[in-house]
Formats: sequence, C-alpha cells, structure tokens
Amino acid sequence: MFWGVDIGSTYTKIIGIGKEKEITHHAVIPTIFNQDVIVGEYLADKEVKMLVATGYGRHMLGDSHGAPVISEIKAHAKGAYFFHNEVKTVIDLGGQDSKVIKMGEDGGFTDFRMNDKCAAGTGKFLEIAANRLGLDMQTFANAGFDADKELTISSMCAVFAESEVISLIAKKESLANICWGVHESIASRLASMAKKFVVKENDCIVFTGGGALNPFLHHMLELKLERKILVPEHPQLIGAVGAALSGFEVVQ
Amino acid sequence: MGVELHKDLLSSIGVDVERHAKMMGMGLAGYQAGFMSQPNRPKAMAYFDWFMSEIQAERIAEINALKAQKKPAIGTFCIFVPEEIVVGAGGACFGLCGGANPPIADAESELPRNICPLIKSAYGFKLQHTCAYTQSADFIYGETTCEAKKKTWELLGKHHPVHVMNIPHMKREKDLKMWQEEIKEFKEHIEEVSERKLSLAEMLEGVKLINAKRDAMKRLDTLRGMHPDIMPISGKDALFISQMSFLDDPKRFTQKVNELCDELDERIKNKVSVFPENTPRIMVLGTPIAPPNWKLHTAVEGSGACIINEEGCIGHRYFKDNVDIEGVQDEDELYARLMQRYSKIDCACFTPNTGRTDKIVQMYKDRKADGVIYYTLSFCHTYNVESHLVTEALAKEGIPCLVIESDYSPEDAGQIKTRVEAFLESITFKQKAEAFANK
Repeated sequence: MFWGVDIGSTYTKIIGIGKEKEITHHAVIPTIFNQDVIVGEYLADKEVKMLVATGYGRHMLGDSHGAPVISEIKAHAKGAYFFHNEVKTVIDLGGQDSKVIKMGEDGGFTDFRMNDKCAAGTGKFLEIAANRLGLDMQTFANAGFDADKELTISSMCAVFAESEVISLIAKKESLANICWGVHESIASRLASMAKKFVVKENDCIVFTGGGALNPFLHHMLELKLERKILVPEHPQLIGAVGAALSGFEVVQ
Repeated sequence: MGVELHKDLLSSIGVDVERHAKMMGMGLAGYQAGFMSQPNRPKAMAYFDWFMSEIQAERIAEINALKAQKKPAIGTFCIFVPEEIVVGAGGACFGLCGGANPPIADAESELPRNICPLIKSAYGFKLQHTCAYTQSADFIYGETTCEAKKKTWELLGKHHPVHVMNIPHMKREKDLKMWQEEIKEFKEHIEEVSERKLSLAEMLEGVKLINAKRDAMKRLDTLRGMHPDIMPISGKDALFISQMSFLDDPKRFTQKVNELCDELDERIKNKVSVFPENTPRIMVLGTPIAPPNWKLHTAVEGSGACIINEEGCIGHRYFKDNVDIEGVQDEDELYARLMQRYSKIDCACFTPNTGRTDKIVQMYKDRKADGVIYYTLSFCHTYNVESHLVTEALAKEGIPCLVIESDYSPEDAGQIKTRVEAFLESITFKQKAEAFANK
C-alpha cells in the first residue's frame, strides 16, 4: 500500500493506493493537536510500503515517521494530473491559503502563485462569513444561486470584510445577496491570480481543495474565467492523492 | 561577552543598556544556532564570528575612540551616501540597525503601520535607544529614495540630528548636476563635524580605501557564485559578510575578506564545496536584507538549495562600481567622479530603471544559476512594482523566478518555506526533464 497524507490547516486527508494506482482507502479527519500521532494510529493496522507527507504539517510527519515530504504545490499538480491529464492550470482553495499552479508536461509544474499572507481569498474567509450569517457551509454555498442583486465586498482583509458583511446585514440586505457578494470576492481574487497563467482560451483548469466542494464558488469561478472548470470527485483529497502517487512512482 | 565589558561606554552614549543586552543576547543566540552550526565553514569565518560577538561592543568602542579625536561618525540607511569622504576624514560611516522585528511595535506608536519594516525597525531602535550605532552617530544621513523614508526623517529629526541628501529620481543632465552639488554639500557637513577643512589628498585616500573594499567584495562574489560545480562558502555566511561591510572598519574588513578569499581560492582548487553536487544555485534579487534578517536565506539553504549572490543594496549593488580617480586634479573633478559612480546605482527609485533588468539577466547567465528569487519587503513600493518588469523579462528568457514579499515578523516563515520548497521542486523537475530530453 502506498499512502499519501496531506496535513492541512483544517483537515488531514489520508489516501491509500494499491498496485494499480487504485484508491483503496480515504479518510478526512479534522486537524487538531499531535496530528502525527493521529495519523500513526490510523495507519497502525495497515500495510505501509510507502508514506509521503504534504500540507503545512508535512514536516511533522517527516520528523516522527521519517516520511519523505513534498510541497502542496507538487502534490496538487500530481493529483490533478492523475484525474485530468489535460490539465494546464490548477486552482486550489485551502483553509489557510489559495494557490494557482501552472502545469508543465507529465504532471510536473513550472510556476505557481500563492495567497498566504492574508485570510481574504482563503477557505477561512468563507467559514468566517458563514458563521457570521449563522449558516452551515452547505446552505451558505447554495444560497448564492438565489441572489437578485450584485453586492460587492471590496475589503482586502478578512477582518474588514467581515465588518462589511456585518454592515450589509444591518442594511437588511438578503442572505442570498450577501452570500453572492462573499463568493464573488473570493472568486475574483482567485481568478486574477489564475489569469496570470491561463493563456489559451480552451486550456483546461482543475479546481481542487476543500473550496472546490462549494458549488456556488465553482459557478462564480467559471463566470470569472469564462470557461468550464473541472472539479474532481473528491477535490479535497487531491493533495493526498498526489503525495501517494509520488511515493508510488519512486518505488515502482 | 563584549556588551558587558563596554557597559559604561554604552550607557554614556545613551544606550538602554539592559534592553540592549537582552536584544544582543537574542541576536547572538540566533547567530550561533543559524551560522556557527553550518558544516565545513571556511576557517577565515572565525574573524566574522568574532566581529558578530563585538558588533555592538568593541566596534562601538572603536567608533567612539575616533569621535574623541574629532573624527566624524556618520550613520546611514542607504548606499547613496559617499562614505569615501567620511573615511577620508578619518572617521567611520556605518549602516544603522533596521533589520530586527522587536522595535517595530514601538515605532508604530508614531509611524503608520503600512510602511516598510526597515524604516519602522530603524525608527523603533532610535525610540528604544537599543542601537549603539545610532547612538554613536554625529548625525544620521537620510536620503530621498522613497516616500516613507523622506517623511520619516522629519520625525526622526526630533530624536537625533539628521541631514537629508536629495537623491533625484531621474538621471537627466539637470538631475545629475544637482546630485553633484549634493555630494559637495555632504563634504561640507563632514567638515563641520570635523571642525576643519578636508584636503583633496585625504578624500582621494578615502576613495582608495573604499575601492579596495569593493574590490574584495567583488572577489568574494565571484568565488562564491561563478563556479557552478563548487560552492566554497554558504550563501548565509556570504550574506553576513555583506551585512558587516556596512559596520566594520574598512581597512581591516578588506584585509579579512581577502584572507577569506585566499582560502576560498584554495577550496576551489581542491574542489571543496559546502553543498553536495547538483544543489540548485539561486540568485536573490530585490530589497536590502539588513541584519539580523536571515529569514530568506535560512528558508532557502534549509530546503536544499544554495544562494550564490544577492543583487540587492546589501550585496552586489553596493560593490559593483568603483570610483575612477585616474587623473583627478581638483575637488570639483572628484565630486564629478563620485557622482558618476553613485549615479550608476540601479535603485528602483529611478524611473526608468531598465539597466537593472538587463544586468540581472546577464548576472544570471554569467553565474549559470538555476533560478531567481525576487525578494521584496512589504510596502517597498518601488522594488515591488519593478518586480513585475523584472519577472516579465526573466520569463522571456525562460529563467525560473519566485517572488516573495515579506516583513520581519516570524509568522510567515512556514509559508515562505512552502513556497521555496515548491519552487525548488519545480527547478529540479526542470533539470531532470532537461537531462532526460538530452539523453
């Protein structure tokens, strides 16, 4: 068994693949304290031929399990390529950062951009906004489809953007319209990062990370980039798949 | 330790001795952990290790001994200040503290948050009285290279004597004429502090000393970066030497750098490298990396790459040009030559500044580097905006480039490491793919 573990800021994703690169195990567990121990417990009764770590907590697993590490960028590139080998650009929205990856040949990448200095434009911001509106993520994501007005959240900072949301609530704007505004602000941020790399009109874009589970964000991103964007079946597992595959390649 | 020994002196020049000792303790611990643990360092680094331990102690005593003889002691923030004149007058010209995070919180009580960390840090050091260089300066020589600095001088002037040199932002003939007058005026300020006239011969002597220092640093730059298969010294050590070039006595420093270079020459002959074969060799561009800002180098060299050159002001931009004094007969001619030399500085404060981009591409080719990191301090608008032009030109040449914007806070060290690791992965992938294609 070849294992890939992606320790993200919010969730830890574990993937196991077999001899034919078939996915045999997958797990998503909240990231808390001593995550390396939790991963160790998960793997305790499993056959581990190879274990590769990625995500912000990758070095933790490197230190405790001696696991080789790869960056999230490489992991997402590899994972996205595995499911869609025509991919030219990967957009990943995680809990604490977002990134756009320009693909090279054969699943490698040639360049990337990251927003990691600020919570606006990350999954965290969606969480903050949903909490503020008292909605769970599912309801929050779908409410945007019913919007009848284009509200803009213009702040560059998640803290101030939250106060913009509060003032929209005070103005009695509808939930649907506020949801639209929040998603629009993230989508336009991601789109402007992606535009740097998206060259040809029909270049294939794959959207990954927990953010890609959000159907309305996916929709807004398609509008901004004026094309169809692919979302793999389990977008939040893509990094872990990439990690597992890179271990697989070394051993095979 | 050095600081303890010079407690009375430090206290007499207004240093907050207790706080200063605490900060120096932290700085030294950081240096010991980050630098002295590196494997296979050149023996000649011992001098620079000693200098680090005396950076805010013995060296301060030396500067204050000069001051006691009415020699000028001038604090600067920029490589536009003609140190040749200060050194010619027998004095000391030194860069002021501005690379540490702790003083920033104090500075923000008077300065806005969203300006560059270098300015805030330096200002905070003055408010806290924790930089013995700042405390030793007869005056601080400011310049007009950016908006934040030029307005900060007005505030800083309330706490310490400040002179401001007007550096033009274009290099037309009328701008250069004004610049030359500024250099002459600088000399007059130095004469005021020294309470005597400076002779042409003295100034020429100063130029010779500083030319020799720049030659030594160029030699180090060549040894460190021009041999693709051997890296005889780490990028961190070389950066540290560059940082110390603004603090040490120029004559001694030149001698010590040359001694180090002799050792590196030997290392190259004997193929002694501090990094394994095929380590990616990275060039760093952009804003100054003032001590103890070792964040980028730590992340890069801790991720399996080597930094072979800093293009910035603390680095190549500082030592790339010498003053030509061949046939100088009078003072005005010398000011003209100084101006010619200083106007070759390709600071992003100039518009246009296209020469810089061409230079970078050439440097990359000369060094056969594997990639470039464009490092810009947060809110350094000139270098930040210019990064777009530079990276565009690099992309056209197919040169891998990563842009990192950061300040002095430790909070983004993890993110920077992720970016650097990913960048290195992309380079090694490219190397492997190229090797495969060439098979």
